[in-house]
Amino acid sequence: MAATYADIAAAARQIRIRVLEMAHAAHTPHVGSALSCADIVAALYFRVLRIDPRSPGDEHRDRFLLSKGHGCTALYAALALRGFCDSTVLEEYARDGGRLPEHPAPHCLPGIEFASGSLGHGLAVGAGLALSARLRGLDFRVFVLLSDGECYEGSVWEAATFAASQKLGSLTAIMDFNQWSASSRTAPALEPLAAKWKSFGWAVKEIDGHDPRAIVRALAAKPDARQRPRVIVAHTVKGKGVSFMEDELEWHYRPPSADDLERALAELLP
Amino acid sequence: MRNAFVAALSELARADDRVVFLTADLGFKIFDQFKLEFGARFMDLGVAEATMIGTAAGLALGGMRPFVYSIAPFATLRCLEQIRDDLCYHSLPVTIVGVGGGYSYGHNGATHHALEDIAIMRALPNMTVVCPGDPVETAAAVRASLGLRGPMYLRLGRAGEPRVHANADRFRIGEAITVVDGADCSIVATGAILSVALEAAAILRAAGIGCRVLSMHTVKPLDTRALELCAADGRLLVTIEEHSSIGGLGGAVAEWLAASRLAFPLLSLNAGDSFAQSTGSQQYHRADRGLTAEQVSARILAVLENSTPCCSRNPSQS
Repeated sequence: MAATYADIAAAARQIRIRVLEMAHAAHTPHVGSALSCADIVAALYFRVLRIDPRSPGDEHRDRFLLSKGHGCTALYAALALRGFCDSTVLEEYARDGGRLPEHPAPHCLPGIEFASGSLGHGLAVGAGLALSARLRGLDFRVFVLLSDGECYEGSVWEAATFAASQKLGSLTAIMDFNQWSASSRTAPALEPLAAKWKSFGWAVKEIDGHDPRAIVRALAAKPDARQRPRVIVAHTVKGKGVSFMEDELEWHYRPPSADDLERALAELLP
Repeated sequence: MRNAFVAALSELARADDRVVFLTADLGFKIFDQFKLEFGARFMDLGVAEATMIGTAAGLALGGMRPFVYSIAPFATLRCLEQIRDDLCYHSLPVTIVGVGGGYSYGHNGATHHALEDIAIMRALPNMTVVCPGDPVETAAAVRASLGLRGPMYLRLGRAGEPRVHANADRFRIGEAITVVDGADCSIVATGAILSVALEAAAILRAAGIGCRVLSMHTVKPLDTRALELCAADGRLLVTIEEHSSIGGLGGAVAEWLAASRLAFPLLSLNAGDSFAQSTGSQQYHRADRGLTAEQVSARILAVLENSTPCCSRNPSQS
């Protein structure tokens, strides 16, 4: 049975709780980036993706690539909540000898499709996966989550050019547009981003990246008749869901203390 | 070598429909027939090497066996991080074909010379590095690449390299081929300069010096058993490559030698550590770096005449 929008919102809340717990326990940064994409990841794993946790290697499965690898606690949490692994595995996050680094390693969990960490890699890999589906006559879809800061990378636009030229209608990029790179606002250098994607031959849809209904509708839509690859420009807030973290760049760096965690959970726990 | 590559690739693509070929705007005309025959399994990505590697990674994740193609420095350096993260980290079976090893693109200038590629590719975990010595080894390497579980860098010359082997029967990735035997010294060559090594050995033989020549087509993994056989009697071992003095075949052999308990004199012949200072053909640059057959034979002769015959490095015998 398909998850309702309320189910997705509840899953996103659970993801946020785990993101904060993991970062606190392991004393790691990038909390704001993971909170920023929690609703998108929840919508993908609880509604949009055709996946089965019991057969994570099924060749027909949809593929999700987290190109902004530093947001991986959201992905780890989603995979655990969705049943790809036992949630105790999350305790291995950023621990000596553990399976889960601060950027996803190849096959570090069932359901991890690709390692990332250096920005600007995921879109070309997604294009290659979409091409493999076309060549092999498979109908899986490919979703790639980028950050807006990642769009500084020339390789993103190289891949965007290629995907459009190949008419990869089964490829969807989602840009987590929280307006921050690691050290500054992205808009002055990168805007107009939606117009850039459009001029590269992509079908562009702008949405509220924290609204489950809007996310699901945008991601589940069929490609247009021209088979243009699609980009969902998801307007988001870095640190979303925790009032004192929202739109504060500090939480790109600062691990949550015990006190921070307590205050954050008080806002998130139902 | 280039034609041998295209022919072998076509044969492979006929036999295995997972084979796809990606080029970054290189190979004018030489892939026309391949394109005609294999349609969508030929892709020209335009001048976009990073995307070519990333796309190949995605294709391999999706069950295909991609070959990617460009001029050697562009195929390795421009997209180095994609090669490391997307291919090597995931150990994906993608063959990176770099055409124009060494000074093959002589007059094109130093941007087109490939003199650091072996060093950089062999430093990457999971990467296999193969530099065929002639068209026969090229075709054999293409066929053998399908048996690998990870990425391979295939460093080709360009066109017109002389054929050395009658057939590919003895070709195995990771196993050097003894082309001629000789008792006084060994020359271990990688890549298209193999033919120079053979000519140098012939000159030495005419001077009464027996010279074994090995084609060390695979630089990683290095065939240390073959090297041990060469070194067993403590005689001179010469490495020759059209590559920088840093980290190529000579570097690999030196690393192995330093860690081994063997003692033998090692002469590393290479292109040094500098960009070309003037324009010139491949032959011009080889001569500039002391890599013609006459120069190579003379340099080997000089070492043989000036060194004590055996094990001069071994403290137990000094």
